[in-house]
Formats: sequence, structure tokens, C-alpha cells
Amino acid sequence: MYLSRISEFVAGLLFGIGLMVAGMTDPGKVLGFLDLAGAWDPSLAFVMGGAILIGFFAFMIAKKRTLTFLGGALHLPKATAIDRRLVVGGLLFGVGWGLAGFCPGPALVSMAMGQPKALVFVAAMLAGMKMFEVLERRTATV
Amino acid sequence: MMMIDWSNFTPWASLAGGIALGLAAAIFILVNGRILGISGIVGGLLHPLKGDVVWRLTFVAGVLAAPVLYKLLATPAAVRIDAGLPTIVIAGLLVGLGTRYGSGCTSGHGVCGLSRLSPRSMVATLAFMGAGFVTVFIVRHVLG
Repeated sequence: MYLSRISEFVAGLLFGIGLMVAGMTDPGKVLGFLDLAGAWDPSLAFVMGGAILIGFFAFMIAKKRTLTFLGGALHLPKATAIDRRLVVGGLLFGVGWGLAGFCPGPALVSMAMGQPKALVFVAAMLAGMKMFEVLERRTATV
Repeated sequence: MMMIDWSNFTPWASLAGGIALGLAAAIFILVNGRILGISGIVGGLLHPLKGDVVWRLTFVAGVLAAPVLYKLLATPAAVRIDAGLPTIVIAGLLVGLGTRYGSGCTSGHGVCGLSRLSPRSMVATLAFMGAGFVTVFIVRHVLG
């Protein structure tokens, strides 16, 4: 059990450091990537490239297994539907990302770096997530 | 004609950071059996289910500890947050709502989903990247 805990913590730590090294925790840099019509900074394409290069092989291995290296359950996503929720959700997220230059992971790291605006962003993000929970529960009970 | 911002271009650091993200996602799926998706991991804490909380907290603790470790090894680069507070609040709400509605963000869909060649994640990634490009275009070149 404690091995799982260590692994979770290390994964989070490596993820956070990766975001910092990659430049993802700098909204100015993220927006420089999203600004195709301005002076475009293609760096973040290299972030995706590097991550997918490793991820591709990791998931190739994961798909062939039923248990994790520690013998636990391996939860691969089962959803395959390409529906309105997925697209509308993605679009809303993209607008928010383009407005501030923060997506969820970098916002958490930036908050931990002591950036006051990141703290405000994370609070608003949690409120948005809570709105989803409330809306979902309302539709679920109708 | 596309103009490249060579002065801010950091291909090697970004590639190295990306590889670290990929390794983190690899550890998370192969050792912990979970998809490394920040919005899903954090969102799950808002309707906590029994036996489904601790792994989320340990992971988030690791993410939050990252700057502490980083500062011991190097000086973090200066960041630029141009958006004003009202924009930050609206953006945060949209990101929170959108990522939960669309079941993922840049990590879950963008990194893990594309890595496992999921068509669903490809559509989601196209949607949020597309919306991000259009939003920045409007803010900087139409309104700006």
C-alpha cells in the first residue's frame, strides 16, 4: 500500500516539475503558443511531442496488461462516445485556457509557487467544477 | 505568413519537460493503474467516494510539492500573468466547468488520451486547442 502512495506522490512531483521545466507554468508562454497570428512560440508543441513519445509506449504496455506492476486494478477509460458534452466541454475549457493561459495542472503548480493570481484562478476553477457537480446532480434526479 | 517568436522558443527545455510529463503519466498508469488527468483527479475530490480519496490527495500533494523541490535545484523562470482578476475568475470558472463537462483537460485528453490513440480524446483536444487559438486571436487581434 505504501508503495502506491510513494508512486502517486512521485508521479505528481515529476508531473509538476515537468510542467515547470516545459514552460507550461508561465501563462505568457502558453498564450504565445496559442497566438498563431502573432509572434508564435511553438515550444508547447515540443511538450506534447515529448509527453506523447513516452506515453505512447506506456499505454501500449498498459493495454496488454490487466494488472498494474504492483498487482492492482488497471483503470483504462471505457468511454468512447463523441458527444455534445465532450465537444462543448472542450470548447468551454479552451476559451478559459485562452483567456488566462492556465490549464488545471499548471494552475496548481503556479499556486504552489505563490502566485496570487493562480490562487484566484484555482479557487474559480474549483467553483466551476462544483457547478458541474450541482448541475449533474440536478439532471440526475430529474 | 507565420512569424516565429525565436527569442522565447525553448525546444529542448520543453521537450525535456514533456518527457517528464510522459514519464509521470507512465508511472501513474503502470504502477497506480490510473489515468493522469488533473481535472478528473481534482474534480473527484469534490464528490468524495469512500476509498477513492487518498490516491487523489497523495498525487496532488506531489504536484504542489514540485515548486519546493524545483527551487532547491534551480531558480524558477519568471512568469507573466497578463490577465486581470475579472478575466482570471471567468477563465477559472470556464476551465473548471468545461474540463468536468468534457471529462478531461490537457493532461487527461491531451497527453494520456492522445498517447493511447483515443478518438474521443483527439476530438476533445481539437476542441480545446481550437477554442484556445480562436480566443487568443479574438483577444489579441480583434479586440486588442
